[in-house]
This record gives sequence, C-alpha cells and structure tokens, in this order.
Amino acid sequence: MRGVRWLLLKDLQILRRSPLQAVLLVAYPILIAVLVGFAISRGPDDPRVAFLNEVPPETRINVGGQELPRANVKDQICERVECVFVDDREEAMSRVESGDVLAALILPADLVNKINSLSTLTPGVPEVEILVNEENAVKAELVDDRITTLLAEANLRIARRIGNEGGRYLGLIVDGGEFKLLGETIPILGLRTSARILEQVTPALPPSLRPSLEQVTEFANQARANLDVAKPLIDRLAQPIAVDKVVVGGKSPPLEIFAIAVATTLTLAFVVVLLVAGSLALEREENAFPRLTRGLVSSTGLLGEKVLLGMGVGLAVTLLMLAGMAIFVPLEWGRAWLWLIAIVASGAALGAAGAALGAAAREVRAVSLLAFMVTLPIAFLSLVPSGAVGPAVFDAIRYLPALFPFKPALEAITAALDEAGPGIGGPLLHLAILFLAYTALARLALRRFASV
Amino acid sequence: MQAQGLVKRFGDREALKGVSLEAGPGELVAVIGPNGAGKTTLLSILAGISRPDEGEVDSPTGEVGWVPQQAALYRRLTVEENLLLFARLEGHSDPRASTEEMLELTGLRERRAEIVARLSGGNQQRINIAIGLLSRPAVLLLDEPSVGLDPRQRARLWEFVSALAGRGTTVIFSTHDIQEAERYGGRVLVLADGESLFDGSAEELREAVRREAPEAADRDFETAFVAYLHHRGH
Repeated sequence: MRGVRWLLLKDLQILRRSPLQAVLLVAYPILIAVLVGFAISRGPDDPRVAFLNEVPPETRINVGGQELPRANVKDQICERVECVFVDDREEAMSRVESGDVLAALILPADLVNKINSLSTLTPGVPEVEILVNEENAVKAELVDDRITTLLAEANLRIARRIGNEGGRYLGLIVDGGEFKLLGETIPILGLRTSARILEQVTPALPPSLRPSLEQVTEFANQARANLDVAKPLIDRLAQPIAVDKVVVGGKSPPLEIFAIAVATTLTLAFVVVLLVAGSLALEREENAFPRLTRGLVSSTGLLGEKVLLGMGVGLAVTLLMLAGMAIFVPLEWGRAWLWLIAIVASGAALGAAGAALGAAAREVRAVSLLAFMVTLPIAFLSLVPSGAVGPAVFDAIRYLPALFPFKPALEAITAALDEAGPGIGGPLLHLAILFLAYTALARLALRRFASV
Repeated sequence: MQAQGLVKRFGDREALKGVSLEAGPGELVAVIGPNGAGKTTLLSILAGISRPDEGEVDSPTGEVGWVPQQAALYRRLTVEENLLLFARLEGHSDPRASTEEMLELTGLRERRAEIVARLSGGNQQRINIAIGLLSRPAVLLLDEPSVGLDPRQRARLWEFVSALAGRGTTVIFSTHDIQEAERYGGRVLVLADGESLFDGSAEELREAVRREAPEAADRDFETAFVAYLHHRGH
C-alpha cells in the first residue's frame, strides 16, 4: 500500500502538469452540466408555423341542416405551435422558403363547404394544404409529424361533434322531444311515447284489429331497444380505438433524471476508462513498468492504484457535474450517499475495464483510441431502446452492453437519482461481477508487461 | 554474482545457450556482441526480470540494481520528483536525503527542478542510473547505457560508472561497441547468437582475436573482432 500511495501522488502530479488535461477535467463536466441543465429545464420551443385561414368567418359546419358550434380549430392548433398569421398564400410560401417558419398550414375557403357536403348525396373531399421546406430531412419529418398529429386531433374533435349531434337526433327518435328547424319548434313524439300510446289505445279497439296494432307496438319497442344500442356505437365512431396504457415493466424515470443519469454516466465512463487505460499504458511507454514491478510494487498493487486514480478523479468530476446540474433541476440531496455508492461502484468497474484495455496496448495514443472506440459504441448501444430497431438487430445488440460496465453504471446512477425507480441492488451486483472479471482480465494482460 | 549454464528459449529459438558468468566486487564486466546476441536477455535474467529455462543465478546479499536500455523515468516529472518517487518506493527512511545524495552523485543538483523531458539524453541516462543506484546495490546491471549519447556525454557517463566501480560496486554492462568494452570493461564476455565465445580481460580478447583471425591482425580492432566472430561461425 506504501507504493500505491506514492504512485497515486505521482499520477496526480503528472495530471496536474498537463494543463490541457487538467482544464478538460474541470471544464468538461461544467460544460456538460450547463448544457444538459439548460436543455432539460427549458424544454423544446414550439415550432413556428405560418397559418392562413381562408375560410369565411361566419361559416359553420352543418349537420342535417343544424349548424354546429365553433370547433375553434385555429385555437387548438395555435396552442401547440407558434402560429405566424399570414395574409395570403404567397406570403406563406415566402416565409417557408426563407426558413422564417418551419411550415405553413392553409385552410382553403371551401373547407367547411366540403365538410358540409359529406352529409349530402354528392360528398366532396375536404383538404388542407401544408407547405414544407424539406432542405433539412430531420426538420421536415418533425414538422410532418407535428402537423399530422394536429390535424388528426382536429379531425377527431369535428368527428366527436358530429357524433354528438347524431346521438342527439337519435335520442329525439327514441325518447322524443323538440326539434328546431327554420326558427320553428317541432315536437317529436319518439318511439318510446309512441309505443306507450299504442299500448294504451289497444284495449279500446275491436279484437280483430288488435293483433295488427300489437305488431306495430312491438316494432316500436324493438326499434327503440336497437337504437339504444346504436347510440354508443355512434359515440365510438369518432374514436373507434381507445388507448388503455398498461405499464408491464421497465418503469422509466422522469426524463430530466434520465438525462442527468446519461450525462453523468457518459462523463464518468470516458474520464475513468481513458484515464486508467492511459496511465497504465504510460507506465509501459515510460519504460517504468519493469522497474516498478521488480519488487517496488506488485502488478496487483499497480492495477489497484490505477483503478483508484480513475475512481477518485471520476468521482470528483461527476460530483462537480451533479452539483452544476442541481442549479437547473432539483436533485434529492438526501440520496447523496446512494449517488456516492453508485458512482464509486461504477468507477471501479469502469476502471477495471480501462485497466484491461490499458494492459492490452503499449502506447498511450493507441490505448486512448482503443478506449474511445470501445466506450462510445457501447454507450450508444446501451441507449438503444427495444422497438427502436428491428427485433433481429435488437436481439444481437441487447447482450453486448451487458458485457461492459456502462449500462449497469447507468442503471445504478439512475436508481440512485430516482427515488421512485427500481432498486440499485441489481446494477451493483452486475458491476461487482464485471469488476472481478475485468480485474482478472487486466492481470492476465499485465503479464505481457513483464517481458522486456 | 555468479550465473551458471543459463539457457533461455523463446519458442523454438534459443536466445541463450548455456552462458555462465562470474563477477566480483568493484569489477567492471562488459558483455559484448552483435545485435541479437542475447545481451539484454542475459542482463534481464541477472536482474530477475525474466527467468531462465535452465541454469542458476546466485546473487550477492543486497539489491541488484538494474538500468534498462531506455531511460525508465517519468518525463513529465522533474529530476528531483523522479528521484524522490523511487526513493520512497524503495522504502528509504529519509528519501529526501537519498535524493540529495543522488543529485550530488549525478551532478544534476542545479537542474533538480527541470522537467526530465527537457534534459539531454545523457542527463536522462544519468538519472536513469541514479535511480538504479537508489537501492544501494552490490551489483549494478547496465543495458547498453551509452546508446544515443554523444562522445562528451559518453565520457561523462563512463567517468560516473567507473567511480561507482571504484567504490566497490560490481558493474555489468552490455554494449555492441568493441572499443567501449575494451576501454571500460575490466573483463569482457563475448556473446554471439546466444553462445558465450569468450570470457576474459580485454588484453586476452585482443590476443584471442589475433590468434583466431590472423589475416585481420593488422587492421583496426573492430574489423579484427568481426573477423574473429566470422571464424567462430557467427
């Protein structure tokens, strides 16, 4: 342990003597903390969309001669996007072309007339026009998705109103009531009352007529019963498929906690793996390894010192990051002891993986490249959710991240940050297994250093 | 230090073929031979870094100091920090005093605060040797210590090493420079393809070269030595 202490001091001296590394180690977590903090505290801005409503102001949707109340489609849309009102189609097109707005939505003058024609013998096809600038594929897809969703919502609202009106008319036929037409109120008897009246008058009729009247009464009762069943069907017509979301597993943390956990784990992984792998390779590059292991310090001691170095620096960097992000997002400081456990366990496993990489290469540059090439894709694969890629690809990549400490480290740090999340025990056990496995691998690889 | 019948194999290749060596206190032994002769392999076995497949090494009581061919230093640390680190790792009771002693010995006291990377190859080699001496070894093993040094640096290096031997330290060094071996080696061990061809004084080596390669006797010693190796089948 005596040797480990002095080697640790030596590595920190070397680290301090590399201004770029030292600045990066301090500046990087602060920068990431500020970026992630801003990103998750501000939320995305609404996209700017030009809006041209050419529908005459007093035009209403009419069902069976009855005007529906205003659906306020414009207000609904402008709640979800930042509407930029334009006066004509040319202005809309110009704004889209210049990039001032992401897209333009044009409601043509005949839109409501065409909707009204749906209940006639010559139905038209109501259409709205969307102008999109597709010079940026991602942006274009974002706008497409957003406007398609908005129009689907508008369609749903209109369909619901039509369905409600249809249901009201059906109620009049079944139960009777009053119907207003051209300023006059027309009483509607309704099937229920008709049947009751017929039942009341039947005893007063001659016996020869009663069977026929009873058939009419029976028809009225059957029609009422069947129309009662039809009413909920009309209600469902507006939204035939309802969503019943049941969470069966993989309880997800709040988005901001997940974002903080990803940023913290990614930083920890890069700092620890690169530092441990690089400092171990440096012993070889400086030709110091054989001199050290000739009785000054054991191979295991040297390995332990490098992992301790990675854990210590990783802990300092990630705690600095968390403190920075706490300015933007409230963190549960009462769980700080769990953060420490998660970060230390993650740092140990990542450090052991870094040591295995460092022992496998001879030069610092080569090992840095190797560490980067291993860590980045593994981190990327660890973040791929099921369903985001084809089942065959997902099956192929789902087990690979389990062999590297990034994923269990992410799970442990997420569990430490999220009080309502799953327990931390599983990820810690996973990290412990990986720590032992990579330590054994690093010791094997270190034997290469023994040869001169 | 005594070594008997050392054999070392790397796969099918025999790097050492039954090499023996003996060196007493204050003796300067030069191990000479062309590249690939087995010099570094022999020194690494004597240093305990690698193990022989056959044969035995009997080291004296006390440490065997080992100075590798390339300086084993931390180039981003200063001269003083390097010496202090290794003094601490050696477990010296007063590492600062040991550091001062080595700074004095190497003549680098004035440059103690300089980063090693900024020093010349010769000065780096002096610190490299000083670190090897921190364990206060009875035997010091130097693997091609003068490689890459200019003549002036080489002269200062050998002056330093000769002074160590003068104080009773056994010094065994490897080189492929025959003139260096002749000038500084009290005894010379000639290796070629892992085989020990000669073990004796520099004068005895000259005599052996004259005897076995008479056609090159009137040429310079290096040419005569190459002819000698050729006559011995190497």
